[in-house]
Amino acid sequence: MSHYQDCLTVSKLNTRIRNLLESKISDIWVKGEISNFHHHPSSGHMYFTLKDGGSEIRCTMFRMNNLHLKFIPNDGMEVRLFGMVTVYEKRGQVQLKVGVMEPLGLGDLFKSFEALKQTLEKEGLFDAKHKKEIPPYPKNVGVLTSGSGAAFKDVLNVLNRRASHIGVLLCSVKVQGEGSSEEVVEGIELFNQEKSVDVIIIGRGGGSIEDLWTFNEEVVARSIFNSNIPIISGVGHETDFTIADFVSDLRAPTPSAAAELAVPLREDLILGLTNEKTKILRIIQNQMEQRWLFFDQIEKRVSNQRPLRKIEMQKRAVSQIHQRLSLAVDAKKSFFSEQLNHLSKQLSNLGPNQVLERGYAIPIDQKGRVIRNSEQIALGESFRLNMAKDGLIAKKTSDIKDN
Amino acid sequence: MSKEREKNDFERSIDRLEKLVDNMESGEASLEQNLSWFEEGMDLIRLCQSHLTDAEQRVQRLIKKNDHGFEIQEIE
Repeated sequence: MSHYQDCLTVSKLNTRIRNLLESKISDIWVKGEISNFHHHPSSGHMYFTLKDGGSEIRCTMFRMNNLHLKFIPNDGMEVRLFGMVTVYEKRGQVQLKVGVMEPLGLGDLFKSFEALKQTLEKEGLFDAKHKKEIPPYPKNVGVLTSGSGAAFKDVLNVLNRRASHIGVLLCSVKVQGEGSSEEVVEGIELFNQEKSVDVIIIGRGGGSIEDLWTFNEEVVARSIFNSNIPIISGVGHETDFTIADFVSDLRAPTPSAAAELAVPLREDLILGLTNEKTKILRIIQNQMEQRWLFFDQIEKRVSNQRPLRKIEMQKRAVSQIHQRLSLAVDAKKSFFSEQLNHLSKQLSNLGPNQVLERGYAIPIDQKGRVIRNSEQIALGESFRLNMAKDGLIAKKTSDIKDN
Repeated sequence: MSKEREKNDFERSIDRLEKLVDNMESGEASLEQNLSWFEEGMDLIRLCQSHLTDAEQRVQRLIKKNDHGFEIQEIE
């Protein structure tokens, strides 16, 4: 029996408990269900409780140990832990220091997942060079999922919001359970036969790793790889990675995200077209203006050219000649008219009028001849007497023999 | 394994339109050539716009038939 002298401090007690437990219970496997899971954001350590129907124990998994976990632990998940029992001395709390964590019951699934992933990777099915381009302007989108699931509704909503002009072709398949992978493979083949869709979204909503298992099947992976139509995968939640994700042409974290990636925003397309329109209108307008400027210059240059100027000069010469000619003609005209006046004056001086003015008259018979002697006309015949101003008609009554 | 994707008519229209605009922007073509590209471009824009403004979402269902064929049904 111990004495008072052996009285321990709490700290010492806890240290002794810790040493005892660590030496007696190390390198053990424990199985149970995770609860109160907390992944410390800054330190990266994981803290949770492992429990079964009757009991529970606090667990810690430090960052260096959880860094390469192939899955994200979650509340309710059945796991198998490898580690040692220790005591958190500050609280006197017994806890399990976890070195390895494996999902329980899925150990085989995980092994086959890893094996298949490695095989396909080696075969090159994940290589970037095989990734098909996701069409920038799809007209029709294929959706391969359960037609009654929430995932399909989400996808449909996103497609309608972003691009309601795009046609949706649903191939409804079982996304989990017996016969599911065969239906998915058939669906992919069907889309490739039918040929109207530009891209296929395959996926389903979140669930346990078993629920998502269809998308880890080799037949599904190969079918995705062999599709001539590009495939976007959106399986489960952000943290779920499936073989389908690795082999698909584009991996989206969720079905909704897959729909986002599959179609461009209709508004962006319309805006783009409007911009193109403005661009080509501007180009044509500029070129028309350039052309008009060019025409104007050409016109100027042509009008400065010789032919026109020659014609102009000839026209001018002709009009000058015409002017000179008419001046000359006018001059000649007045000269002639003066001459004429002069001559007519001379003529009138030489004519009989001057004589007639002095009182003489000229007898003219009916035939217009000047009567020079009395025998020229008969007795009783009338004749004309022309005088200076006028004249008169006379009649021969007798001859005068001796003058 | 090379997989050549077949382009749909909308995508081909957009491609053609981009090429026309590039050609026109290069500034090397004659006005006559540009005018003919311009007309073609405007037709393509009209075509694409009418496709985009045809905004009713159309959802159909692809169904496998027993004789290895398929059929398409309207839904909603």
